[in-house]
Order: sequence, then structure tokens, then C-alpha cells
Amino acid sequence: MIVAEQKPIEEIKGFLTGHKRILLLGCGTCVTVCLAGGERQVATLAPILRMSANVEVIENTIERQCDAEFFDAIKEQAASCDAILSMACGVGVQMAASIFPDKPVYPALNTMFCGTNDGAGQWSENCLACGDCKLGVFGGICPVTKCSKSLLNGPCGGSIDGKCEVDPENIDCGWQLIYDRLKALGKLDVLTENQKPRDFSKTHDGGPRRLSREDIAQI
Amino acid sequence: MVEYRYKSDSNLEQVLSRGQFAVTAELGPPKSADLDLIKSKVELLKDWVDAVNITDNQTAIVRVSSLAVGKLILDMGLEPVVQMTCRDRNRLAMQSDILGAYLLGIRNVLCLTGDHQSFGDHPTAKHVFDLDSVQLIEMVKNMRDKGVFASGGEIKNSKKAEIKPPRVFIGAAANPFADPFEFRVIRLAKKVNAGIDFIQTQCVYDMERFERWMQQVRDKGLHEKCKILAGVTPLKSIGMAKYMRDHVAGVVLPDYYLRRITEAQDPKTEGVNICVEQIRRLKQIEGVAGVHIMAIEWEQKVPEIVQKAELRNR
Repeated sequence: MIVAEQKPIEEIKGFLTGHKRILLLGCGTCVTVCLAGGERQVATLAPILRMSANVEVIENTIERQCDAEFFDAIKEQAASCDAILSMACGVGVQMAASIFPDKPVYPALNTMFCGTNDGAGQWSENCLACGDCKLGVFGGICPVTKCSKSLLNGPCGGSIDGKCEVDPENIDCGWQLIYDRLKALGKLDVLTENQKPRDFSKTHDGGPRRLSREDIAQI
Repeated sequence: MVEYRYKSDSNLEQVLSRGQFAVTAELGPPKSADLDLIKSKVELLKDWVDAVNITDNQTAIVRVSSLAVGKLILDMGLEPVVQMTCRDRNRLAMQSDILGAYLLGIRNVLCLTGDHQSFGDHPTAKHVFDLDSVQLIEMVKNMRDKGVFASGGEIKNSKKAEIKPPRVFIGAAANPFADPFEFRVIRLAKKVNAGIDFIQTQCVYDMERFERWMQQVRDKGLHEKCKILAGVTPLKSIGMAKYMRDHVAGVVLPDYYLRRITEAQDPKTEGVNICVEQIRRLKQIEGVAGVHIMAIEWEQKVPEIVQKAELRNR
């Protein structure tokens, strides 16, 4: 899922200066699961803004802000407000902005990463969406994401006791994880092969990416 | 392309191919446009070593460019080993710098991954890591020996022009003290396969672990495929010894040395003595072709160490 967290309240209040009535719009998908921008977080943030930002707040949550069709149900409500504060990820915020071209749309969250829930209140990054998945080579652990330097021929000299020198308290060395897993699978020989440079044209470095599938378009 | 006796025009390559025990040192460029500081460090090292590494924004702190300082010290009569990290440049910039370095007379390039920017003075910077060190080595090797860029295109200015490759001696680093230990030799093998001519190791204190690592190196025959220079760093004080032990990732400092420095009447002299003992022991290890003395902000001790360790038979 896409993992996000709420922006500092002062930054959110800064967006609302000059607005009288806003739609605080939650999203029922990833940000609901990671407890950042779902119905419950809308219900928590709304009274805070009413009290401290001197603004009328209308609350609503739609199933997915990354899908245009779910906005139909809130079009009238949005029309009655002079701005939208979206509690979706950056994808949802931009979708809202494209659907309401004459309405200011602000983000209430910082979108952080594609990741997993690792226990109560813990999330971690697992995929950088590089467009050229190498998990099949590295035993199901991604060096591009799990190594702080995204090395394909790691580990570097900063791997100590299974930890990454960048933050030994909190970051595991991705290459130790890969090494241990391939050892357990009896596939350590994979690591003796020199991995070629990455093709960054498949990432955002090649420009904003699009996907067109004719097989779907023809249906 | 023309056939040459040596792979490069490097003096360090010739010293190592003659089988002489090579001595390299390290010169960290200043954090300001201070030419005098560079000159004074060159004066300290000049007649005592075969070549000097010029670090590339080490510990991710902005300093004078390694390429520029390499050219400066070359003009002052000292052979540079220009360090190049993958942190700050992509493959275009690195190839361009390698061609430029060669034209400036630089003949040794050390290919490194680079310290993470979070350690330095610009922790909010974007890192590059377009290539990793293994891929960088292979790129430089292909430039030199095949006359091609990373793109596969030939290194020539026009279709009809001849290939003019950068003939540099290619180095890399190895850390026998990082983890996973069993993977350290595999990683060196990858660098050998990529095309290194020599390596310099992280500073060695734990001699027992280093010897175990060298055994693995010899078992794979890697010492015959690249020259291995063992790194040493003289301990300047108790504080520095503790810092090296506790805060430098990938350095293992046995308590024995800390105790010697702590109990010594003059820790500085003891630090030099330990370093000299280590070099003497390293010289005895089969496959160690030289020593890389990283006297961190203590370059003035290099001549004394070289003399006491009887390295000055060049």
C-alpha cells in the first residue's frame, strides 16, 4: 500500500487562511489502512480545524481518490465549499485537483512510500516502483529499496552486525538480508555474478511514466 | 589499438609490477580554497611514498575536488591516485572526468561507492549511485582496454578518428572487517572480475581477522589477479583510538591496542610504534604487495613510519 502521514497542523492551517468553508475529504483505501487519511482521521482532524483555523469544515470520505468515478457522489458538496483539503496520498490530491479545476485543493498528508505494516504503528518501505523488478534475482528482497545506496553489487563497507551504517538502530543492511536469504535457499552463487548498471529510463528519470495497454483499450 | 608493455602510464603500476613493496599515503583536500595547505602536505609526503590518494569529498563533506588536487600535486612532483565515488556523479560525469583526468596527467583512479551523504555536511542532498563501485570499475576498464564508453560507443571524436582511450591504473577498496565476513572475499572477486589492478584495504588493526581474510583471498587466487595494499592508520591519541573503535563503521580495533595507547607514557610515540609493528607483520603476509598509510591529519608522521618500518629502499 501507499503509506502516508499527516502534515504538521500548522502547515495545514496555513493552507486554509482566507477560506471560509472547506471540504475535508478522506480516502477509503491505502491511507485508511495506514491510519493517516481515512474516515476516522477525517473525524479527528475536522474539529481541530473548526476550533483553531476559524473555518467551516464539511466532512466526507470516498472509497478511492485515485479513481475519478468515486468523486461523482461529492460534486455538489464540493461546489458548496471554497476549497478542498484532501486526506489522500499525492495521487488522490492530484486527481481531486483535476476534477475540480476551479477549486483550490490542498494536501493534508505527506505521501511517504510503498510499504508494509510491520506491527502496531510501524511501517516500512519495500518498493521504489523502479519499473524493472529484480526480486527474482535477489531472493525476494529488493536491494534498490532495502540498501540505503541501492547497490546491486553490495554490501558496501558500512554493513556491521547486520545493520546499515546510515542508522544502525533502525535500518537493517539490505544486503545482509539478501545474503542470509540466498544462503538459506542454497543460492549464494547468484551473488558472485556482477550485476550490470540499472536502466534508469524505466524509472522516473525517463520522465513521468505512462502505461498504455492495447489489450485493455480494445475491450 | 596500440599494444603497450604496461596497462597504464602509472608509476605505481611499475613499482608493483617490479615486485617492490609499494607505499601509498593519503591526502585529504582542504575544506577551503587553500593552496598552501595542499603544498605543505605535499612537502611532508613527497620523497617518502610512491603515490598519494586524493580523497573525493570524504565522509560526504565538501572539499576541493579530488581531480583538481590530483593535478596540483602532480605538478608538485607527487603521483596522485584520484579517488572517485559514485555518490556525487552519474555515468556521464564520471566518464567525462576520467577522460579529463587522463589528459591532465593523472594515471591512477580509485573507484569507490562513497560514504552516504547522511554522514556529511549536506545531509539533505540527493545522492546519485547511478553506478555502484563494481559497475564503475568495469566502465573504466572497458574505457581503457576496449576503448568504449558505458553506452558501448567508441571513444573517438568522429567516425574516422582513432580511438583515444584513457590509460589509467584502476584501483578499488576492500573492507575485510565489514559484514557479512564470508561475503567480503566474494565482493573482492567481483571487483577483480570487473577489472581492478590493485586494491587498498580499510585500515587493519585486527591482524588475526585480516590474515584469515588473506587466506580466503589466496585460496581464490585473487592476490595473483590484483595487487593488494593493506591499509594502516597510526593511532594519534586515546581519544582517536576510542573513536575509531566505537564510531567508524567497518573498523575493528582490538582492546589490546587501546590498552597499549592508554598505558603508554607518550601515546603518540606508541601509536607510531604500533603502526610500524603492523607494517612489519603485514610485509610477511603472502599476497600483500604494499601498504597504504592513512595518517589522518597526521601526515607529518609518514616519513618516520616509512623509515622505522624500513620501507625506504626505493
